[in-house]
Amino acid sequence: MPSNEVVASDAAAQVVMPRRRWRSRTPGSLARHLVLLVFVALALVPVYFMLVNAFKTNTEYTGNQLAPPHDLVLSTLHDSLAGGDLFRWMLNSMLITAASVLISTSVAALAAYPISLMNWRPGGLLLSVLIALMVVPPIVLVIPLFQMVVNAHQLNTYQSVIVIYTGLMLPFSTFLLATFFAGVPRSLVEAARIDGAGTLRTLLLIVLPLARPALVTVIVVQALWVWNEVLIAIIFLQQSNLRTLMVGLTVFSSRYHLNVPIVMAGMLVATVPMLALYLVGQRSFVRGLTAGATKG
Amino acid sequence: MKSSRLVPWLYTLPLFALVGAVFAYPLAQLVRYSLENVGGSPYLPTTFAGTSNFRYIASDSLFQTAIKNNLKLFLCVPVLVAVSVLLAALIFDRPRGWKVYRTVIFLPYVLSIPVVGVVWGYMFRLNGVVNSGFRSFGLGFAAQDWLGSTSWALPTIMFVIIWKELGFGVILCVARLTSVDEQLFEAARVDGARWWRVFRHITVPQLAPTLLFYAIVELITMLSWVFAYVYVMTLGGPQNSTVVTEYYIYEAVFQNNTIGVGAAAGVILLAIVSVFIGLRFWITRTASLAFE
Repeated sequence: MPSNEVVASDAAAQVVMPRRRWRSRTPGSLARHLVLLVFVALALVPVYFMLVNAFKTNTEYTGNQLAPPHDLVLSTLHDSLAGGDLFRWMLNSMLITAASVLISTSVAALAAYPISLMNWRPGGLLLSVLIALMVVPPIVLVIPLFQMVVNAHQLNTYQSVIVIYTGLMLPFSTFLLATFFAGVPRSLVEAARIDGAGTLRTLLLIVLPLARPALVTVIVVQALWVWNEVLIAIIFLQQSNLRTLMVGLTVFSSRYHLNVPIVMAGMLVATVPMLALYLVGQRSFVRGLTAGATKG
Repeated sequence: MKSSRLVPWLYTLPLFALVGAVFAYPLAQLVRYSLENVGGSPYLPTTFAGTSNFRYIASDSLFQTAIKNNLKLFLCVPVLVAVSVLLAALIFDRPRGWKVYRTVIFLPYVLSIPVVGVVWGYMFRLNGVVNSGFRSFGLGFAAQDWLGSTSWALPTIMFVIIWKELGFGVILCVARLTSVDEQLFEAARVDGARWWRVFRHITVPQLAPTLLFYAIVELITMLSWVFAYVYVMTLGGPQNSTVVTEYYIYEAVFQNNTIGVGAAAGVILLAIVSVFIGLRFWITRTASLAFE
């Protein structure tokens, strides 16, 4: 299956893999597997807990929290979706994520072009500033941003949150695209210019197609970040029908705190899209996260 | 020719506008607020406060607790570094199924904090699976109301943070190891070096810049990205025992409506983080020099 190929390889796999260094039959090999298996089990515990309990009734849960359900029921899952809150929140999250990732990636691509490919003097300084901004704690920005949004009568609107997310992601997305653009062969850009292509045409027709892996990386990492973000969503979207899924889940879990299986079913529903994105985009995701460490 | 010099500015204009609106202007405002009694209504005018906000937080025992709790969270970092280098080395030996190990060990980093916070929260309850696990091994005395006890709530949050952040370190180390010259390992093996010796004398030194980078990133995380854990798992309780600086600011501004106090705490937090940003710049510079 081609999708397996994607899952199984990552940045590491682009380097030619040497043969296994220690034979798997050495005495240490069992210990190695044991250690790794312990951590694998630990990593999977919450996912397992969600999975088994989402298909139990509350009565069964009180007597059996850990084992798979004796009577597998779908009613819990059905109940968790009843009322449509989870769907509504999920739609909100999708809308906000899609819009802010799209805008941020476009703005970043536009800015990365002169930074990396036009011998633009201030480009280097701009990059350093962006790297520094990447670690500014969001909470300190939120204090004035909240006053700004209230003064502009934009509290509880999608657009205010989309603008804030876009701005917060720009240092990362611009930095990543700029480092990638720097590797695009100058000769291609020069050739396009001599052929009479304008800068925008060169960006759209030459640079961006070459940068497709970097674009995918930037999009996947940003999408996961927005999808999982909590602080800004709590503060700027305070009406129930505007909540994002992650904030909705905290409300959901306190609403049903006496019925753990329903909470687990809701969590499961919320986790599946992320899990799918991770398994499909693992390679891009890993590349995006390690970029900061290996470059610059 | 003149117009071509304008092109870079034109292309970066949207970036400048958005970064200005979301970073530059708010940061300037933050500093202003920290020196004011922010009123926020015509009946309650804003007045200049000088350093009184700073003097207030300096004497506020809750702020001291918050800073102390952030410092306690720093204890997660050595654990993260040590365990991730070990796991990365084991994975990089490429035992059967190493790709599966790598995928699964990275998984927690991708899951969202509300999901893992709530799920671990249920497991750590007094009658939850963690305690029944202890009891079934005859360790019933170790059972706790983990998130409900003032002495155990913060360590429990630390456990969840470590659990979630570990995968990042492992992936960083594995990615770095693939670019280490394979002959280094080969030569050591031909010399008959045992696993532990190779680990100590080749793997760890080769990973040193990566581990330093990871440690700094995680220190910054412990200062500025732990709000969601606290919000989801304890809301700062019990008895304020899990309040961190971010949560202190959130309460000051959005619950108590003391914007100036929150802004002053924000300035302090920003100053602490800046030290680490400087450190990060310095390290990436020395690291890239070392590679040349």
